[in-house]
Amino acid sequence: MLYREAGDYKKSYAEDSQTFPLKLDRYGYYAILAIAFLVVPFVINDYWASAVLIPFLIWSIASLGLNILTGYCGQVSLGTGGFMAVGAYASYKLMTSFPDLNIMIIVLLSGAITASVGVLFGLPSLRIKGFYLAVATLAAQFFLVWLFNKVEWFYNYSASGQISAPTRSMLGFEVTGPAASASAKYLFCLVLVVLFAWIARNLTRGRIGRSWMAIRDMDIAAEIIGVNPLKTKLTAFAVSSFFIGVAGALFFAVYLGAVEVGEAFGIQKSFLVLFMIIIGGLGSVLGSFIGAAFLVLMPVLLKNIMVIRLGWPGDLAGHLELVIIGGIIMLTLVLEPHGIAQIWRVTKQKLRLWPFPH
Amino acid sequence: MKLTKLAAIATAALTMATPVLAELVIPSLSYRTGPYAAGGIPLADGYADYFHLLNERDGGIGGVMVNVIECETGYNTEKGVECYEATKGEGALVYQPLSTGMTYQLIPKVTADGIPLHTMGYGRTSAANGEVFSNVFNYPTNYWDAASVAVNYLLDENEGDLNGKSIALVYHNSAYGKEPIRTLEALAEIHGYDLTLLPVDHPGQEQKSQWLQIRRERPDYVVMWGFGVMNAVAIQEAANIRFPMENFIGAWWSGAEHDVLPAGADSDGYKALTMNGLGMDYPIFDDIQTYIVDRGLASGAGDQIGTVLYNRTIYAGFLTHMAILKAQEIHGVADITPSMMRDGMEALVITDEMMAEHGMAGFGPAFEVTCENHGGPGMGAVSQWDATAQTWNLISEFSESDKDVINPLIEEDSLAYAAENDIELRCN
Repeated sequence: MLYREAGDYKKSYAEDSQTFPLKLDRYGYYAILAIAFLVVPFVINDYWASAVLIPFLIWSIASLGLNILTGYCGQVSLGTGGFMAVGAYASYKLMTSFPDLNIMIIVLLSGAITASVGVLFGLPSLRIKGFYLAVATLAAQFFLVWLFNKVEWFYNYSASGQISAPTRSMLGFEVTGPAASASAKYLFCLVLVVLFAWIARNLTRGRIGRSWMAIRDMDIAAEIIGVNPLKTKLTAFAVSSFFIGVAGALFFAVYLGAVEVGEAFGIQKSFLVLFMIIIGGLGSVLGSFIGAAFLVLMPVLLKNIMVIRLGWPGDLAGHLELVIIGGIIMLTLVLEPHGIAQIWRVTKQKLRLWPFPH
Repeated sequence: MKLTKLAAIATAALTMATPVLAELVIPSLSYRTGPYAAGGIPLADGYADYFHLLNERDGGIGGVMVNVIECETGYNTEKGVECYEATKGEGALVYQPLSTGMTYQLIPKVTADGIPLHTMGYGRTSAANGEVFSNVFNYPTNYWDAASVAVNYLLDENEGDLNGKSIALVYHNSAYGKEPIRTLEALAEIHGYDLTLLPVDHPGQEQKSQWLQIRRERPDYVVMWGFGVMNAVAIQEAANIRFPMENFIGAWWSGAEHDVLPAGADSDGYKALTMNGLGMDYPIFDDIQTYIVDRGLASGAGDQIGTVLYNRTIYAGFLTHMAILKAQEIHGVADITPSMMRDGMEALVITDEMMAEHGMAGFGPAFEVTCENHGGPGMGAVSQWDATAQTWNLISEFSESDKDVINPLIEEDSLAYAAENDIELRCN
């Protein structure tokens, strides 16, 4: 009744294959973008930026990245935390070595450096698959964290091994460092998120994305029909690591401002991103966002409800939070193994027919 | 839809929490959950109890009640950021994050926001240089002092000569654990001892290989920079390889009851540094009994009173209390702002009489904070665990560290920070 395609005519192939074929969806998408760009920057405060929106945007990029590798190309990776660390340390070294370089260039270069490291660690994927590949990428995780802890050059020989982001600005607005305003940091991340979501969407529905999916669905068959597994797998690793590296650079430079590799990029971060894409939906751009929102915003929401609204002690809330989130994860996976994005898809299908399903 | 719901709840929560009455807001970034909870619980309890005692006994500080806002971080820096942002708008006077990682993150932020940060015996050591770090204070002592006090103690034990001796440092492989390395290396050059570094990764449950190496190399002394579960595991491992406990010295975050109790009788004789008084032989504990415990106001389970870490945050609370009094005196107002608090901390003078007056005679050293020196005197003492009586006993006086070694290191590190961040030197 409310949500239907009757009267929504398509006159060209381009129109027919657009990302949001339904008018209602398309307008919803424009509305969200308009609010995100034109309204939120003016009302945002430090709490909303640092505790809610910036982590959400950064984790969205990371989960988009892992979704490309795992969701679209079928290569399980547990090295996300390590690759984020590469992005973070690359941006730190670039920021301190080239003080005049624009921060946007630094972030993108950090992504490129991470992409090359990702390709290197992706090489074993040509020989090993599934769980064994997961173990190989796990090695990348531990190796990279160890490397950034061990080699003092990476943290400029500081006494503690902590890296701190110096102040850098973009178009006259500071985006890193302590004096950066909430809206500048938010907009900087938002631009990158929109850009990367657009790239991810268009890569995955084009030739490259189809070759990734062919490899995912059955690599031998894909090879027989002429998909080059070397090129396909390594491009997936490169693109995925690029996204994850950018997320790591933003995580360090814009969000936290100072990190220590073991604490900020440990194995738990790899699992966090993997959970995001599993809960959100493997092989879905929307799912990456939903998963990131679920695992980043839910703890903050629960804490606000339990501690500030209900006045419960913080430690009780902290423990309950783990129980509740764990419970919701299990419930979601039991009821809908394909993730929350699938629930959204099914809902849309049902809404098209509602209220006359027959 | 999820966002809008969240927005509604959070805005409602924020408007609800806006202070109406004049009060002194002290945020407590606690970690009663997670791998470091064993240390976090007594730390959080002591801090809260001290300010609740002031409210109950004296009606606040200078007639203004203290509001302690506890925010759970789980020793996680991201949650720490959330807590900082959530509490700073409430008029938070001073932050004590009790975590070195979080301190590094907060140093630039508090400086930009004009809120003081007090990191007592942890955090960034070079913050002792007030010329560079305007809003960060780490009096009365810091890690490098701790390392030096430990070496001084070993010098005393060996008639002033450590030549040819070997010391192994077992440390938490993080910013916290790496802090003392530089000092120990500098001291090794002077005193001629041999230093072995043995990192232990977070959280520190796995230390077999490190202790195997100690067993093989048999260093004369083992110094430990550990926290949380790592301490208990290390002490157990030391007992397993029959390393003599009296040659095993922990930093002041490695010497609490919960660290030694799991090893039972084997932990007898283990030594640890301390910066605060131990036990309950101070008049303030009578007041805590009367005003807090008897009235059922003890925070947490109320079973931590008198433990090492509880006493440490009682001491932290006392220093904060004195700084607030100083700030009220300087500015002539009772309801002070964070920037006034900063002035109070910078002008802080602690004398033996002040400590006696507040029922804490001899709890810590007397010292003065100045614009240049935010680090205090850097004194520490050595304590030893008695497994039969289950008490920590002081076995040395509070003594000074080797400032000739530490001050140039502080100078070097802080000036590097100033250059990296374009900070102009103050205090001229």
